[in-house]
Amino acid sequence: MDHPLLSVQDLTVQFRTRAGTITAVDRVSFDLAEGETLAILGETGSGKSVTAQAVMGLVPRPAGQVTGGRIIYDGTDLLTRPPSEARRLNGTELAMVFQDPLSSLNPVLRVGAQIGELFRRRRGASRAEARRKAIELMDRVGIPAAARRVDDYPHQFSGGMRQRVMIAMALALQPRLLIADEPTTALDVTVQAQIMALLADLKAEHRMAMILISHDLGVVAGVADRAMLMYAGRVVETGELREVYETTAHPYTRGLMASIPELDGPRERLQPIPGAPPDLMRLPSGCPFRPRCAYATDICASQPPTLAAVPTRPDSHRAACHHAEEVLADVVAG
Amino acid sequence: MTAYLIRRTLFAVFVLWGAVTIVFLVLRLVPGDPAQLILGSDATQEEIAQLRDQMGLDRPLPVQYGKYLSDVVNLDFGDSYRYHRDAMDLVTERFPATVQLAVVATVIALLLGISLGVVAALRVNRLTDRLVSVFALLSQSMPSFWIGIVFILVFARQLHLLASGGKGGLDRMILPGITLALPFIAILIRLTRSGLLDVVHENYIQTARAKGLSERVVILRHAVRNALIPIVTVTGIEFGKLLGGAVIIETVFAWPGVGRLLIDSISARDYNVVQAAILMIAGGFVLINLVVDILYGYLDPRIRLGR
Repeated sequence: MDHPLLSVQDLTVQFRTRAGTITAVDRVSFDLAEGETLAILGETGSGKSVTAQAVMGLVPRPAGQVTGGRIIYDGTDLLTRPPSEARRLNGTELAMVFQDPLSSLNPVLRVGAQIGELFRRRRGASRAEARRKAIELMDRVGIPAAARRVDDYPHQFSGGMRQRVMIAMALALQPRLLIADEPTTALDVTVQAQIMALLADLKAEHRMAMILISHDLGVVAGVADRAMLMYAGRVVETGELREVYETTAHPYTRGLMASIPELDGPRERLQPIPGAPPDLMRLPSGCPFRPRCAYATDICASQPPTLAAVPTRPDSHRAACHHAEEVLADVVAG
Repeated sequence: MTAYLIRRTLFAVFVLWGAVTIVFLVLRLVPGDPAQLILGSDATQEEIAQLRDQMGLDRPLPVQYGKYLSDVVNLDFGDSYRYHRDAMDLVTERFPATVQLAVVATVIALLLGISLGVVAALRVNRLTDRLVSVFALLSQSMPSFWIGIVFILVFARQLHLLASGGKGGLDRMILPGITLALPFIAILIRLTRSGLLDVVHENYIQTARAKGLSERVVILRHAVRNALIPIVTVTGIEFGKLLGGAVIIETVFAWPGVGRLLIDSISARDYNVVQAAILMIAGGFVLINLVVDILYGYLDPRIRLGR
């Protein structure tokens, strides 16, 4: 990976609230190669969505602010450019699909107009041309009777169809990087699979790089090349998807894996991770996962763990845990 | 749609009946006898009694009310005691002047109020926003009659730029129009600003930004129309109020509208004219509300298409 498409280095995003400043994203680094798919995984509030917002320049201001790090896209640091200039990459180079397609589509504009405006505003296309392209795209993402539905409003579509509209919009100008933030969370289970299949399909067709954000390790399994797990704004484990899933080296990842039901395994009780997601206002000393962790010892309270190579695949697999080897041994033992 | 229109029409009839009834009762409950007022203070009891008999004022209230309602249904609103002419004619003669002024004031208010509100929202908490807020506060807190007089003194007497009053072309409507528009502008500034600041946090605004649209397009195309819905309601209500006649402003600018006619007729206990004027104003209100409902549907397809 000598020239990654996107290189995020030590990204830090903070939010000022009435009660104090919280660090939503804490020195997060990752690279993404052209055509590669990275899954960012974690519970609500782990900082995965804010990381994506930072890449798109969409961190809600003035409360939120990128306070450190670099976001290097195709060789230039987006954070050093004025926001209006960085935003010009959105839509053409970077695109995003959001979690809730209903609230993410403008309720008072026809879907055709919302897709078409990318061609009209960004490419100077005529009204008729934009409409024709919108129909084409709607057809491509699997919306039946696209030529008729192009004049409908978002509320007239089902959840799955709305997400297809969002995807059509994101793909309109053939971006090189697509960020999908929990694209299937708001949808029915049967529709989830269809949308994931569509995303995988389009990714292959356009050779796009993709960042897939999810709290569900199962959803991303078939699509992602690599996985990055976040907890309390920090990266706790990262590596190729297979490594992370099969030779898990962080207790948090292990906990998330244990909360996925298995159909063909023995019928056991699902094991949720004990405790609640951390309060970013009052993080414990040392390792933020410590209070919920079965492996925690004294060192976890005194020293925050840093990302270190996992011995089985030291070149790509890394975890931030003082007890990584114990976790790994337990996982391998089953 | 047909069922909807029938429902609206029935409702409108009910509202008009209510307005007419309340005015009828209130006029007869307040002290003051039209016969006495017409004949003056030196009239004898006999003369007054005779006139009351002629006007039907000596009959029991339910009888008077019944006759009045049946007359109204037949579009007979009675004559003015003062002018000895058809009461509704008097009102309809004055109505265009009031409507003109209301339209001018509303157009000024919409243009200035919405654009200043958008500017304030775009520059929230900065100097521009503060200045706009101060302007809104001043517009709302200075009494209209005083602003009207100041405008006349400055623009008509001192600068000789605009006419101070009387009916005429657009130039004569500017000063009373702005005077009437000012408090309305203040409401619109606040509504537009707060509405936009709410809408800006909606997810679809984030989507618009993710599409790389310029901030101008994001606000004007994606945000303003969603923020406009409460503005339509308020505009309807305020326009309706203006149709009721801007009594004080019409007096200050010598504008021959319904407001002045109404006040004069109330003082003179000119029952028929008051009743006709109120009916007209209530009718205007009902009509505006219908237009507002239709506009909602235009602005928000979720209402238009049902859901």
